[in-house]
Amino acid sequence: MKSDYKGIWVFAEQENGRLHPTVLELLAKSKELQKHNGEKITAVLLGADVSALADTLFAYGADAVLLCENEVLRSYSARPYQQALTQLAEKYKPSIILYGATPLGRDLAPRLMVALDTGLTADAIDLGFDEDGVFYQTTPGYGGKILAHIVILERRPQMATVHPQICAPIEPIPGASGELIKETLCVEPDCAYEVLETRAAEKTGESLTEAKVVVAGGRGVKTEEELAMLRELAGLLGGQLASSRPLVDNGMLPHDRQIGQSGATVSPELMLNVAISGSVQYQLGMQKAKCIVAINQSEDAPIYDIAHVGAVTDYKKLLPALIEEIKARKK
Amino acid sequence: MKILVFVKQVPDTDDVKLDPKTGNLRRDGVKSMMNPMDANAIEAALQLREKHGGSVCVVTMGLPMATEVQKKALGMGCDEAFLLSDRPFGGADTLATSYTLAKAAEKIGGYDLLLFGRLATDGDTAQTGPAVAAQLGIPQISFASSIEVEDGWVCCDRDLGDTVQRVRAKLPAAVIVNGGINKPRYATPINIMRAQKKPRTVWTAADLGCDMAKIGTPGSPSSTKKVFEPEKRNTDTRYLTGSPEEMAKALADLLENEHLL
Repeated sequence: MKSDYKGIWVFAEQENGRLHPTVLELLAKSKELQKHNGEKITAVLLGADVSALADTLFAYGADAVLLCENEVLRSYSARPYQQALTQLAEKYKPSIILYGATPLGRDLAPRLMVALDTGLTADAIDLGFDEDGVFYQTTPGYGGKILAHIVILERRPQMATVHPQICAPIEPIPGASGELIKETLCVEPDCAYEVLETRAAEKTGESLTEAKVVVAGGRGVKTEEELAMLRELAGLLGGQLASSRPLVDNGMLPHDRQIGQSGATVSPELMLNVAISGSVQYQLGMQKAKCIVAINQSEDAPIYDIAHVGAVTDYKKLLPALIEEIKARKK
Repeated sequence: MKILVFVKQVPDTDDVKLDPKTGNLRRDGVKSMMNPMDANAIEAALQLREKHGGSVCVVTMGLPMATEVQKKALGMGCDEAFLLSDRPFGGADTLATSYTLAKAAEKIGGYDLLLFGRLATDGDTAQTGPAVAAQLGIPQISFASSIEVEDGWVCCDRDLGDTVQRVRAKLPAAVIVNGGINKPRYATPINIMRAQKKPRTVWTAADLGCDMAKIGTPGSPSSTKKVFEPEKRNTDTRYLTGSPEEMAKALADLLENEHLL
């Protein structure tokens, strides 16, 4: 019976005893949901030697912390974590479980979907209750020009991975406390999975997130020659070359150059968008830029909804002129 | 080594609009294509076959027209194609999809490795690979940016953004590959022609022995309640006018004013 399921769970992702920042955002979002359904917010903390994190979770809005410490759970691997969470969810029957849409969350949550035989919404950018009192998750769909409210009507728990940074953590309440529930579980180690090494990622270019100027190309950039224009312009401005998804999909640029929901989030002084239509997913990655310039031949392109400056023209004519103009002024 | 690659057919456009009358998506006239990252999974499978021998089967759930995607996969070099196509499969969310794909993997049988692309451009969920692994009770490696097989283990780098993890999983296992893992080979028209002779099988829900309550709409806990276009934000966009040269001058002025030159 779905009425047997009560409570909002936040999966308290931690690594080496440090909480992932998204956990605090999920707690803040849960506080909003709680205003509607009045249900208890429980942070579910798995690991070994992580009990000190409970106070942080209380300070940021958890009413309860469900703590499960086990040597097998010290570092993450999918199947033991799946086992542990499945046992806990079957015992406590929460109505909602939220995970950060982090690499770990996106690795783990689909396995819980299967184990608990319920729904899981991917990478939600908003959560709430609609006019019928139904819990919904907002996701961009179909290339991102459209938003959808996804609902899980009959099965419980209702689960979602939630995009990082969709809301700010609450102001922490110093000394806040709550109910600490300790669970001892029997979890088998995964003998068929092994982490051999963890190292810092090599970057193919300077970090996009630090860039002052970003020049990004979209679907309208078809050839290496056209891309070279963008690269030259980025170079002249001391900026970084980036793209929306099509140029990464077709292999013209590596994934670490991609801006948007499934790529980097940037906030440069100048964000120059070349032949980019501006899907919801893309906008999520660059809407905090100080000055947004769009060059797109289609005046209906959604990028113009957030652009401060627009040039409805063929970039293949505008960019060469702009490059010449900048070179002339630099002399 | 027997490798199954799961491939999806997606619309070849970002330009999907809502029908103002019905509120439904307008799909008429929209061409379809192989999901780009699935081509990376096929390429990874073909490279492993070149090194270790064995076979590569491509599995697709979709409408009968998804055979076009399968022909491309066979043209790239896959050995055999399985299409799961049946009206009751329709309306599947990722849970029902993962159940159906897992049933197909079981029916094909004898697999060592399941390969998936990181995400599909039309749904973006990236849930299918891990969910199929869970259905089959096998380990998974997601976000793989490299792949090797040695002594019954698959070994990958996982690209986690700031860090790279080197992991290994014992076969049979599922690996979900990133777009950057390789550059997929091109299926030339002549190879697609030649691949016409390769075996292609179509399976229905009954062929797979599916529990009808676990497929399609009945097997899908999640559903779309409302679809809408995002609110237009009211920024006062300043539109540049004139020739490209005049626009270039205006943009250069802007850059100068912002001290970016």
